[in-house]
Amino acid sequence: MSTVSKTGFISARRFLFWSGIVALCAWVLVPIYLVTLGALGGRTGAYQWPKTFLPTNVSLQPFILFLKTEGVLQSFLNSLGAAGITVALSLALGAPAGYALARYNFRGKDSYRLLVLLTRAFPLAILALPLTISYIRFGLYDTVLGVGLIHTVLALPFAALVTQGIFLGVPRELEEAAWVFGCTRIQAFFKIVAPLALPGLVATAVFAFVISWNEVFAASVLTVRERTLTAYLLTVLSESPMHYRFAGGLLLILPSVVFIFAVRRYLFAIWGVSSK
Amino acid sequence: MTQNRPWIPYALILPSVVFLCLLFVVPLVQTIWLAISENGVPSLANMRTMAGDLNFGRSLINTFLLTLAVVPIQIIMALTMGSMVSKMGGGRETILWIWTIPLGISDLAAGMVWLSILQNTGYLNSILFGMGIIERQTAWLTYQTPVALFIGIAIAEIWRGTAIVMIIIVAGLNQVPKEFKEAAEIFGASQWTRFTRITLPLIRPALQSALILRTVLAFEVFAVVYTLGGRNFPVLVGEAYNWQNQNQNYGVAAAYAVLIMVISLAATLVYLKAIKVDPERLP
Repeated sequence: MSTVSKTGFISARRFLFWSGIVALCAWVLVPIYLVTLGALGGRTGAYQWPKTFLPTNVSLQPFILFLKTEGVLQSFLNSLGAAGITVALSLALGAPAGYALARYNFRGKDSYRLLVLLTRAFPLAILALPLTISYIRFGLYDTVLGVGLIHTVLALPFAALVTQGIFLGVPRELEEAAWVFGCTRIQAFFKIVAPLALPGLVATAVFAFVISWNEVFAASVLTVRERTLTAYLLTVLSESPMHYRFAGGLLLILPSVVFIFAVRRYLFAIWGVSSK
Repeated sequence: MTQNRPWIPYALILPSVVFLCLLFVVPLVQTIWLAISENGVPSLANMRTMAGDLNFGRSLINTFLLTLAVVPIQIIMALTMGSMVSKMGGGRETILWIWTIPLGISDLAAGMVWLSILQNTGYLNSILFGMGIIERQTAWLTYQTPVALFIGIAIAEIWRGTAIVMIIIVAGLNQVPKEFKEAAEIFGASQWTRFTRITLPLIRPALQSALILRTVLAFEVFAVVYTLGGRNFPVLVGEAYNWQNQNQNYGVAAAYAVLIMVISLAATLVYLKAIKVDPERLP
């Protein structure tokens, strides 16, 4: 008798537990599903009333039409360009710093860490405001390179801290063994350390990409014609019809979600490190 | 290893130091100077213009209210999610991945997503209409419905920003040794006691960095607000954007920027003071 009520109690708890999990999954997924319906529903879909939650009247046509709108493709490519520059620069500048933090004790190490951590207490994108003037002077205003540079400021501290953790995970003994066998430091790095650190470095690159891809404020302030996708969508927002806004939202979401999926195994390792 | 060539680490960090000086420290100083000068002379004119602006008070209050509403809910949700997955066996990875999806979504896209739900012919109205609560399409995102607009923006922010808090907290929870909890269990501590007395103190560093990160981001809120409410809901960064791009007044924009930075720094310092992290236990 008592065992029956106990198992009943346990399965009720289990039921509650799993309902909670399912509800939280729905909380994340349903809005994405709905904006996808909006993006694929076209003008008629956007003004349909009342709406059904089933994918009736969806086709790729409205989304393709959106992609063909003037400025969309160009801004998409600009976003890719800025994100590419961000990935390359933040790894090229951040990974050596991460390596130095992981392998060496040197005077000023703590000050350097402080500088990196300090950037985190600042709303960095705001720095785009004064940069407008210097950018105009150096010909960087309204260029993809200029946007990539400010996005690197956002991604670099992250890259330095994360790569520090990655290099700490590569045993120092392996590297030292390579030196004993006659490798130079540079050879040892590229033949021993780099291959072992590669998955983590790729994950870092993906995050740098996502940081740049999603950034709105600095990109909008620093561009006029060479807009990134976020800047383009923001500036045409008020005059674009509803279904274009949903299509724009979907176009923004797709690449970063795919990339996050690709590095899902490293999410927690990376954030465990970078949040220390 | 460090003895024979002591310059190596400096050579390795130098490029990033130069870069951060040029594109972080210099613009930082420029922003402050722009904000407190006029035509190259120190002056509080920009600050006065900012403080005297019609939208100043509202944007300041709105930004604070939004932060106060969003950040605690995100922390609670993330802690709930973290404790839930820690009790899971199979399927843990999949659930975690689904919950982290919003991490890849920009605030602009999050605004568009929730616009599809909250707009006049959107899904919220369709549900309410289907249940007979409303008789016709109702506008939620206008100047006349400030409370509904605020709630809508807060929900979109919570939807998007909880993932990063959850990741930091789950990463922190993963480092809590199992033995601690098991010991507490043996001594008969209830689940709630174990959570408040064992888990929470041990994940303090994670909580602290999650709070700092989220609060700084919350004060930067802009694109979600702009997408959902246009200019019906002024926030600080939105005002900075308008002064810069529409009014072409870089000085007042810089004044807003300095204000946002001061608030963010103050919040960071408060968290560093309020949540004591034992430096011994930090790696």
